[in-house]
Amino acid sequence: MLNRRAALAATLGLSLSASFATIAIAQAPAGKVTVVTSFSKDVTDPIKKAFEKAAPGVTLEVQNRNTNAGVKYVEETKANNQVDLFWASAPDAFEVLKGKKLLTAYKPKATGIPEKIGSYPINDPQGFYFGFAASGYGIMWNDRYAKANKLPEPKDWQDLAKPVFYDHVSIASPARSGTTHLTIETILQGEGWENGWRTIKNMAGNFRSITERSFGVPEAVNSGQVGVGIVIDFFALSAQASGFPVKFVYPSVTTVVPANVGIVANPPNKAAAEAFIEFLLSPTGQEVLLEPGIRRLPVNPAVYAKAGDDYPNPFTDPRFQKMIGFDVDKSEARTAVVDTLFDQLISFQLDALKGVTKTLHEVDAALAKKPNPQAKALADEARALIAALPVTQIQASSPELRAAFTGGKEKGARQAEVEAQWASFARENYAKAKVKAEEALKAAK
Amino acid sequence: MTAIPTSAPRARRLAATPGQIALALAIAAFLLMFLVLPVATVIYVAFTEKGTSNFTLVNFYDFFRTELFMRSLWNSFYVSAMSVVWASVFALPLAYLTTRFVFRGAAIVQTLGFLPLIMPPFVGAVAMQLFFGRNGSINLLLDDWFGFKIDFMEGLNGVIFVQSVHYFPFILINLSAALRNIDRAMEEAAQNLGSSGFRLFRRIVFPLAMPGYLAGASLVFVKVFDDLATPLLLNVKDMLAPQAYLRVTSIGIADPMGYVISVVLIVASVTAMWLSARALKGRDYATTQRGGGGLAKREMTRWEAVLGYGTVFLILALVLAPHMGLLLLSFATIWSYSPLPDAFTLAHYGRVFGESSVYIKNTLIYATLAGGIDIVLGVAIAYLVLRTKLIGREWLDWMATAALAIPGVVLGIGYLRTFYGVTLPDGTPLASLWITIVLALAIRRLPYALRACYAALQQISVSLEEAAENLGATKSRTVRRIVVPLMAGGILAGFVTSFSTAAVELSATLMLVQSNSDAPLAYGLYVFMQSAAGRGPGAALGVVAVLLVAACTFISHLIIERSQKAKGMGH
Repeated sequence: MLNRRAALAATLGLSLSASFATIAIAQAPAGKVTVVTSFSKDVTDPIKKAFEKAAPGVTLEVQNRNTNAGVKYVEETKANNQVDLFWASAPDAFEVLKGKKLLTAYKPKATGIPEKIGSYPINDPQGFYFGFAASGYGIMWNDRYAKANKLPEPKDWQDLAKPVFYDHVSIASPARSGTTHLTIETILQGEGWENGWRTIKNMAGNFRSITERSFGVPEAVNSGQVGVGIVIDFFALSAQASGFPVKFVYPSVTTVVPANVGIVANPPNKAAAEAFIEFLLSPTGQEVLLEPGIRRLPVNPAVYAKAGDDYPNPFTDPRFQKMIGFDVDKSEARTAVVDTLFDQLISFQLDALKGVTKTLHEVDAALAKKPNPQAKALADEARALIAALPVTQIQASSPELRAAFTGGKEKGARQAEVEAQWASFARENYAKAKVKAEEALKAAK
Repeated sequence: MTAIPTSAPRARRLAATPGQIALALAIAAFLLMFLVLPVATVIYVAFTEKGTSNFTLVNFYDFFRTELFMRSLWNSFYVSAMSVVWASVFALPLAYLTTRFVFRGAAIVQTLGFLPLIMPPFVGAVAMQLFFGRNGSINLLLDDWFGFKIDFMEGLNGVIFVQSVHYFPFILINLSAALRNIDRAMEEAAQNLGSSGFRLFRRIVFPLAMPGYLAGASLVFVKVFDDLATPLLLNVKDMLAPQAYLRVTSIGIADPMGYVISVVLIVASVTAMWLSARALKGRDYATTQRGGGGLAKREMTRWEAVLGYGTVFLILALVLAPHMGLLLLSFATIWSYSPLPDAFTLAHYGRVFGESSVYIKNTLIYATLAGGIDIVLGVAIAYLVLRTKLIGREWLDWMATAALAIPGVVLGIGYLRTFYGVTLPDGTPLASLWITIVLALAIRRLPYALRACYAALQQISVSLEEAAENLGATKSRTVRRIVVPLMAGGILAGFVTSFSTAAVELSATLMLVQSNSDAPLAYGLYVFMQSAAGRGPGAALGVVAVLLVAACTFISHLIIERSQKAKGMGH
């Protein structure tokens, strides 16, 4: 007890003297700099070590929280803020913080970093947060599982909708995982609202599970509980580097998005916070990203010279050049609607959706053996019922619908009402589709 | 505390002494400050109208109209009830055999039977999937040998399976404490009247142990009802607690429904506790003579012994399988889609060795303090509720019990909201001190200790206290010298439950931990379990946590046994 108190007093003294020091000589960072991050120890430890070596006298204090908890934490403690930096993948978390005026603008001095990666701007145009590593979305699978279950190698999103993948695919809920949200939004922007949802629902009919945290998907694929997962690249790349029998592919419709860092409003140790950002963006900091346990894509193209030949390079690899332009504003305007649609039409109706999908797979198998136009027509009707949406693209970004989700000052439809409406829309359509699909199966046999 | 009461015993019990009133007020103040107020700052949203923040009940109307929530409510009830049934099936033989017979290694069995309660977050889930999952060891072997698989961990039945394995120790520990408290004279009287065997157990022993059983069973029910970790790990979302959690923690959704569900959870939990209290009302479970030291322990015949040890071994093998998985995982290099890991290594322990000492120290300090606070409050509340006629005394019980139903993240946010603005003279926020974590843990685990203390006190006859007071002891002296010593077994049971579950708590802790040097083991685990390379070290840390709590539990069982022997338990 005494020890703890002494230690507490010592740290307090230290940080107090540190803040005096920063007032005296603004350019020499020292003392403790606190960062709230969603990154795992495997990422933070090597970076912490390298940073403390590069900036002697500074200690990096890492507070590990998942992205949502981190945002809530910064928000709840803003009256007496003790955090210097926020450091996480999902750009939308930074958008939320920026919107709540919880970030400080800064202009990094680091050079050699281009403005865009793929078609995505690396830094926030207003200078509130900065990309330090890039990540793309794709499909990861367990090799042993695939061999045992005779699964082919998936190449694109549509492959995951094939009958052979039934009950083998896993995804995190986009409402819970910022990275999955971007994956869904990428598909919607790449294929269009209607077609995008059709692809997503067709894949979803094959889902084994929808996990509530991003890492749940790679964890399940790593241990072989699920065969295929829709994940962000570094989950797969770092698992490979750790020796797990997994593989990864970037599908044709995807995008690279930067992982970010930003200074929290009213930071206790601003000089050291800036020093950390400069370090992350410097060549030394960028090289740390290549370590096997981290495996993220540096945003400084020059650093790739130090990486192996098989390391994906978004600046030269033609696959990345084909990637679609991602419209951040469009995504931002309909975030809540897209996430809620996914949950109400898919997550919470998964059993019904899987039931129809299974029957439709059987119809396809029967039709392959013996064509039957009537059965085909019925199956198409069922597919149309599944693909139907309660909301058009224009409605999705409409202010009325957004208001239902912001809990804002204006009266209007309550979120619960909207959700109940969508849920019953999906339930009824899936039930009708099931009937059609069963008729089709009877006709086909 | 007060003068010696002069009125007749019955009349005296109707009034409360000023000391008791002060105590009740102090506890009420503590609960208001650290439970009701912080939680209220978060969940008042449930009662406000969208856009106006006027009071409304329309959100509850929405709740009862939504098919998903109604389905979730029903599923939660079903899963909780079935979990109680299965938990009883696991717990009854273990409790009965180890307390009723001369059973070698009873303390070890009690300790091992307690371990399932300590399932470290995340890594425990992974271990369980690797063992029981669709492609876990057992199913891979079954598929290989016989060509079929068993869905241990699918859907609602999976949740029931995991929950009853996880929480049956609540019944085990409370029932064992109750069985030890039964006066041997009762049993002897029944035997003299010709009762024996199963009839003796059914008509005499079990009914007398009812307070302990119900304490455990109601905890299992409420805990399963309010638990979100297990359903989420099995990807079952249509239950109430996961629904609340999913809504509360999603970014950008300022939606009252999450808090509405929290309120429903609280009401359901308190109702369940109230019903279990009703079930015991109007009956007397107290026995007077305390010299006997519990049930007579019988020697088993040879066949009984084979059967007894066999049953215990089977149950332990089933409920400890996840821990075996955890142990394997901590030594495994790569374990993926195979019955056993590819190879074994000690490297993971090497990696956590350096940093775990600070986690271990913090965990011990936090959990011990939290457990200590819990039994002090637990004894006090149980005493006030059972031994005084204070108006509204049950509210203390219900308030404390409601803590079970509050998602940890809600409590964490509430603490930040309430205490972060309060600063020490040097500007440090109150909420950033580690003592806040202790308080949050104490509040979250209070219901466990409270139920154990409550059951223990129910078994003590009030005439013993009256005797002491008639002999001139003051109320506080009576409590100190008579009540607390007689409750010792129950208090210890409560402490162990609170302590060990506090040691692996994560959800509130994750909100409140301010620096690595103040972090408990569970936080260290969380940090590791976010990456593929961290799985092994995370498992190693999980094993450390389990061993730590097991050691503490084992020591307290030895203490119980010794105190029973000291009471002159012949056999």
